[in-house]
Amino acid sequence: MVTEFTPVSAAIGGALIGIACTLLLVLYGKIAGISGIVKSVFAKANSGSRWQLYFILGLLLAGVAVRVFAPSLLEGELQLPPWLIVVAGLLVGAGTTLANGCTSGHGVCGMSRFSTRSWVATCTFMLVAFITANLIG
Amino acid sequence: MKAIMMVVIGFIFGLGLIISGMTNPAKVINFLTYGNQWDASLIIVMAVAMLIMMLTWLWVAKKEKPLISGTFNLSDLKKVDSRLIIGSVLFGLGWGLSGICPGPGLVQLVSLKMEFLLFFAAVLGGMWLAKKV
Repeated sequence: MVTEFTPVSAAIGGALIGIACTLLLVLYGKIAGISGIVKSVFAKANSGSRWQLYFILGLLLAGVAVRVFAPSLLEGELQLPPWLIVVAGLLVGAGTTLANGCTSGHGVCGMSRFSTRSWVATCTFMLVAFITANLIG
Repeated sequence: MKAIMMVVIGFIFGLGLIISGMTNPAKVINFLTYGNQWDASLIIVMAVAMLIMMLTWLWVAKKEKPLISGTFNLSDLKKVDSRLIIGSVLFGLGWGLSGICPGPGLVQLVSLKMEFLLFFAAVLGGMWLAKKV
């Protein structure tokens, strides 16, 4: 599927992501790493503070709001056979758990902090994703 | 109060993912694929978000505590180990195949499309498996 280069909406969206990460860190001292947040809500039974649950609720509410008011913004489909969807999902879940982070935690929050681990992680998953996408594309 | 703030922050993050187009797997795949359909939008998203966060980290370095509550709950891991590398390789494979990382995967649940529900269930399965290792 052909998509257009959309620098303006990309910049606006990137700014919103940066602002959300900033608010979480400056106000509460927490890192907006989505894989870690998902893990703590769905794959762990700790009974401590459940800020992660509310964060996910907000994320889903954004999706619902856009679906109601501007559904064309939320287009997108996965053009893969079901078994490959399962394989890809398993890889994403297992990989981000082992690496302790994904595009948000390592990519946005970690690299901007000049964390060596985050730079190594992000360069690795970017490179592997480039190779993978080009081989199957 | 904290709960409401967290919902608001999550909402802003989700809106950012959607407006940037990153919830559309095709945009991510077209960024990752070399050719005349190359879509560089993802770089802009990352660059702007990172730039804002760089300024934020400069501010954080001068502060002892967050403005509202808690302490700075930051990773003090330093070592680049095989878990980090293997995990990143696996994540890169899954991301390159699907064009979806955890944030967009979560937001796309509201589309109620079977493919995204299946993907997210598999992500949770992968997290569970990795914790067994």
